[in-house]
Amino acid sequence: MRPRYSLLGIAAAIALGNPAGAFTAYVSNEKGNTITVVDTDKLQVVNTIRVGQRPRGIELTKDGKFVLVAVGDDDRIEMVDVKSGEIVAILPSGPDPELFTQDPAGKILYVANENNNTVTIIDMDKRSPLAEVQVGVEPEGMGISPDGKTLVATSETTNMAHFIDVDTRRTVANVLVDARPRFAEFKRDGSELWVSSEVGGTVSVIDPAKHVVIKKITFAIPGLRSEAIQPVGINITKDGKTAFVALGPANRVAVIDAATHEVKKYLLVGQRVWHMAFTPDERYLLTTNGVSNDISVIDVANLKVIKSIQVGELPWGVAISQH
Amino acid sequence: MLRVVLIALVLAAGLSAAKATDPIDFKIGYLRVIKPRTAISLVEVPPVNNGLAGAQAAIADNNTTGQFLGQRFSLEDVKLKDGDNPAAAVAALADRGVSVVLADLPADALLQAADAGRARGMLFFNVGATDERLRENDCRPNVIHTAPSRAMLADALAQYLVWKQWRRWFLVVGSHETDKLFAEAIRRAARRFGAKIVEERVFEDTGGSRRSDSGVVQIQRQLPVFTQQAPAYDVLVAADESEVFAGYLPYRTWDPRPVAGSAGLVATSWDASNDQWGATQMQDRFIKQFGRRMTALDMQAWTAARMIGESAARTGANSPKTTLDFIKGPDFALAAFKGQKLTVRDWNLQLRQPILLTDGKTIVSVSPQEGFLHQFSELDTLGFDRGESKCKLN
Repeated sequence: MRPRYSLLGIAAAIALGNPAGAFTAYVSNEKGNTITVVDTDKLQVVNTIRVGQRPRGIELTKDGKFVLVAVGDDDRIEMVDVKSGEIVAILPSGPDPELFTQDPAGKILYVANENNNTVTIIDMDKRSPLAEVQVGVEPEGMGISPDGKTLVATSETTNMAHFIDVDTRRTVANVLVDARPRFAEFKRDGSELWVSSEVGGTVSVIDPAKHVVIKKITFAIPGLRSEAIQPVGINITKDGKTAFVALGPANRVAVIDAATHEVKKYLLVGQRVWHMAFTPDERYLLTTNGVSNDISVIDVANLKVIKSIQVGELPWGVAISQH
Repeated sequence: MLRVVLIALVLAAGLSAAKATDPIDFKIGYLRVIKPRTAISLVEVPPVNNGLAGAQAAIADNNTTGQFLGQRFSLEDVKLKDGDNPAAAVAALADRGVSVVLADLPADALLQAADAGRARGMLFFNVGATDERLRENDCRPNVIHTAPSRAMLADALAQYLVWKQWRRWFLVVGSHETDKLFAEAIRRAARRFGAKIVEERVFEDTGGSRRSDSGVVQIQRQLPVFTQQAPAYDVLVAADESEVFAGYLPYRTWDPRPVAGSAGLVATSWDASNDQWGATQMQDRFIKQFGRRMTALDMQAWTAARMIGESAARTGANSPKTTLDFIKGPDFALAAFKGQKLTVRDWNLQLRQPILLTDGKTIVSVSPQEGFLHQFSELDTLGFDRGESKCKLN
């Protein structure tokens, strides 16, 4: 029998970070006002951090030292020190922030402000806003090109992907997609931009150079009415070969051949699956299941759901440390 | 020339970037009858710009989108007096280049407007009238309905009451024509979903005012007496569109029973308390623009004007025919904070939509309820289905 860890031991493990090879996932719980911290090696909850009201969009800073979480009802983004689990700083995001993204250097934060149809650009070092860019009605999804030169914001009521030149801070193209675009994700080589349309029920694959939709991916699941298939989160493997799309109240994640754009498989996960994150080694993909208050762990190589882990109330987003 | 047109059509129909469309100016009319604003509850007296504000909010949204497409939308508000024939107003709108009109009119006036506009190729959106006959025997090929019908509202309520196992209903009906029409929809819903109306009474409107300084004393005595000696029932369902008595029923029935229908648990297309599916953004935006909360009529008008904007963004055109064809077509889907896409029934041009059930403070439930299945869309369990419809669109 293995000795049990003492409470002190667990506390020390949290304080010192995890042993090499283990990664840490941070899940924002929209209704619980918490972040659940999960050890992705043991696949266990190791801590719960209280944050502001209505935490949704969540990312780690590029140096891995802080978790950034948008707390919409408090109109700000909080920086949580991953070592202490304490909120150490507040970023001025503008009203009701939901999703955001960082430039590749980790110096600039781009935040979608749904209530005033703008993208706010924030200097992370100075923690002050640099500029605002006008986009369509209810911006939500935020994606940045791998070269860091192009920002994409999706607007949920205008139904467009807005391409913004980060240097001039102007929109250079606006591509119509299907109803209520929620999320934007570039392939790692920058060759394609994928945008999910939650109400339209499709994923648009866009050529980011020509600004045209080159393919619309549709979904059909036997026994499910089409209205229940609502794509939100998109994650594409580093090699650009496989994409995963979370289908909301369909309670499934679609596995797509990212080269041919064909749906290969549907994986049954928890209820109302929205956002996802890979572990850095791409061994696991974690999905947040809002209605069932859990996350599902997908074995990426075998395309199997291997575990559900109970987290807080209404899990929304997930970010995983790269170290 | 023909080849140019064909290429343009192919481009418009294909997957294309949102550019290279010609700038358009889309003028939309808003035709309404000014009615007395009455309600039992002081906090529910309809605002003066009820409905119109919803259309204006959508025009603002359309123009935000339009700035990326070179499209501009404007709204012209035309007020009629109750009983006026709208034909002259419709002709005047057409003369000013307005060929798509949002109408908040009683059923007869709506039909007069639609028929007057038909010769001019005009398209109407019925944003206010819930009358079944506008979707059935009196349906028109140039009228799209964003307002839910009485049958849709009654079915939405009935599904929930049946799910709740409150199957024995005590129906109280007002003495006005619209009250009787709503009662008919409630009786139909009871038959469809297996509820039983165990007692039915009429509440006569004797013409008293809704507000008086000591009214509450009398009401507290009258309502228990009116509802006593009913057979055993689970829920009192009131049909009182005229705002004469239903608002007084909760907490005053002889037997301690919940109230639904025109008071208590109410079926509606929208409520200011809806905060799901991103609706908070809509509610916040509306309050910021108009300084008041968004009503069901506002949402029905918002939806209509957004359908017009959606058609313009997708087709690049501002003609009534293109708008109607797009909305009837397979590519139309509108996001309107209801958790799923809204589409249009091609047999009578009624917007398919989930119906909210609210107690005025929170959303209690949303119909269709789980388990009420349909071979095409579960939204078609609400109202008259394709096979039942008497509408002939031609």
